[in-house]
Amino acid sequence: MSDQPAPTAGFATRLADGQWHRLYWASPLLKGGFALVAILGFILANLRERLVDFFITPGPGPGDGPGPGDNGDIVALVYDHGQTGVALLIIAGVLLLSIVAFSVAWRMHTFRISADAVEVRSGILFRHNRQARLDRIQGIHITRPFFARLFGAAKIELSVAGQDAKVDLAYLGSGQVDELRREILRRASGVQQQEAETVAAGAEQGLVNRRLHELLAPELDPSSAPAESVVRIAPLRLVGSLVLSEFTVFLLVVVAALILSATWVHHGLVLVLLLPSLLGSLGFYVRRFTKSVRYSIAATPDGVRVGFGLLTTSNDTLPPGRIHAIEVTQPLLWRPFGWWMIRINRAGHASSHGSAGQHHTLLLPVGRASDVDKVLGLVLPGLTGAETRHLVVGGLSAARGAGFTATPRRAMVLRPFSWRRTGYATTSDAVLLRSGFFWRRLRVVPLARLQSLHVAQGPVRRMLDLAELHFNTIAGPVRASLGVIDRGLALSAFESLSAAAVAAAASDSSHRWAEHPEPPTPAEHAERPSPAEDAGALEHPTPPEPLTIAEHPPIGRIA
Amino acid sequence: MSESSDSGPLSAGLAGLAGPDDDWQRVSPKYVAVEFAASVLAGLIMSAISVFFIVVAGWWLGWWMLGASLIVTIVLLVVAPRRARAIGYRLRDDDLLMRRGIMFFRIVAVPYGRMQLIDVNRGPLGRALGLSDLKFVTAAATTAVSIPGLPEEEADALRDQLVALAETRRTGL
Repeated sequence: MSDQPAPTAGFATRLADGQWHRLYWASPLLKGGFALVAILGFILANLRERLVDFFITPGPGPGDGPGPGDNGDIVALVYDHGQTGVALLIIAGVLLLSIVAFSVAWRMHTFRISADAVEVRSGILFRHNRQARLDRIQGIHITRPFFARLFGAAKIELSVAGQDAKVDLAYLGSGQVDELRREILRRASGVQQQEAETVAAGAEQGLVNRRLHELLAPELDPSSAPAESVVRIAPLRLVGSLVLSEFTVFLLVVVAALILSATWVHHGLVLVLLLPSLLGSLGFYVRRFTKSVRYSIAATPDGVRVGFGLLTTSNDTLPPGRIHAIEVTQPLLWRPFGWWMIRINRAGHASSHGSAGQHHTLLLPVGRASDVDKVLGLVLPGLTGAETRHLVVGGLSAARGAGFTATPRRAMVLRPFSWRRTGYATTSDAVLLRSGFFWRRLRVVPLARLQSLHVAQGPVRRMLDLAELHFNTIAGPVRASLGVIDRGLALSAFESLSAAAVAAAASDSSHRWAEHPEPPTPAEHAERPSPAEDAGALEHPTPPEPLTIAEHPPIGRIA
Repeated sequence: MSESSDSGPLSAGLAGLAGPDDDWQRVSPKYVAVEFAASVLAGLIMSAISVFFIVVAGWWLGWWMLGASLIVTIVLLVVAPRRARAIGYRLRDDDLLMRRGIMFFRIVAVPYGRMQLIDVNRGPLGRALGLSDLKFVTAAATTAVSIPGLPEEEADALRDQLVALAETRRTGL
């Protein structure tokens, strides 16, 4: 628990040399050691008086006068001492065992980063081995909890697609984590040869100075992203957006209902019962606020970086091509202020709900239209061109037209208000869906990420000569579909977009985003078997590459 | 709610989209038997529940339930052949088209490269008739492409062919 690797410059390249490495020396403490220390402290505090008795007992000296209960007192004292001794022994044993367990677990927890995969081994009795391919990484999340920051430690989480599919490295040195992230992304990007930059600054300062420097440093390193690409959220706007949320309306309605029921029906008991949970729900604001304070979105060479947090800071890097759908929405109360919110669908954290998963899919908690423009430009560079700018503007504001298809008036039966806004538009690499009258929505699906699309029609839409158009993406908060669309339009969109999706997927190279392969030649294209001629002609079709990570069952081996 | 023919307005539009109607690969005619059996089974279960209510609970509502379940079963049995005929798939150059449904019509296009895995299932009745169900799974749960009622060897051949096609057109997630 003590052989501390000196955190020096170039540590990341040393970490990523393909050899097995251990985690940061303070990880056992940060992972569970503090709980242990706290429990021990609690026990010791309770036993304090007994302990004082135990060690500094004024023994019954000869000078003491004989008293009535003297004999009984000594027996009680001996009895007492025996008990305290046993308790002390137990505490010492537990302490020793935990220290041994923690340090053995720490020694057994090793990881290595090779050219194309990251592998983690852990466990004492049940060995666990997990390997993830670097080019399958969907996002890199770095968290620096407050306590860990005091120790100069940070947690890095590499997520790949799939349920609970991530590689956690908790904890590593704070300075090394950023380097490691850069190194992993560099390898994942397909750039094989690049000069390994070494940062020597800060290595000479003392320990305390370094910690202080890390604590006070801005959440986003100014040198890592061009300043004009950075989108920030003013604290006042953040507070305003939280106050004007639908949750507030809900809360006010509940409070009003409670007051009414308490005054008219005279059931004060209801009030007493519901008040604590109501107060607890205020935690929602605190959570959202702490998750969004000091928020910044910036473009780095290896993807979009989202950072936030005041005491506990986090940042999330999304490599290019990892966003499957984008939704820009405006809750009704935000309209006077012109605020918007951006949500995304991404693989990796798709099915995690609750507060833990929320900030992974909430890309921009609140922002003006200009911020939306910037962020959309970061995540979809194809949308920044002058010819597509009006589509975004139209998608956010216009009631009808503005480059989007129109929905016939008969759709009013099904969408009494929003039928004017319902429509789609296409760019060279994405499809934009506009809908919503009260809650305005603009959804963007990159065609290279589209999994499939379908047209559906039920009896009602058949009578109205309408149809539904669905764009199927990875599961997430964004559901890209148009509820009403003219039947003929739906069919032509189905035809053109299914072809466009195939073309976009074929030309997409974002899983190795920095690699620039030569475009497929016509000859190469011709040799691909066509479905009509190769029916049953293949003897040994190789199964597709596994989607996520290789995870081995525990091996019953005590190493 | 009246449905006169196999080709509703949307499927009529499909003729232009996906070639003549004959281009669709249909499922085995024997699949109708599976649909029949499923409808009869559902009808029997609903009737049994109704009878339970009539006999044990003595509710007059049970008679209505019994009548309704019988009518639903008869309607299902009548439309079953057409529903089976409405299921079809087509292998285009770069994607798989799949259609099903009469009243609730749905047509899906899935690029081959999006395949994550293919399931071939056989139910007890399907096995007796030599039929398999093939399911094409993508990373999006809403894709829901499943082709029921394929003859066993056809299902296996189709699976191998789809896997091979996916291999040549593999893309990222």
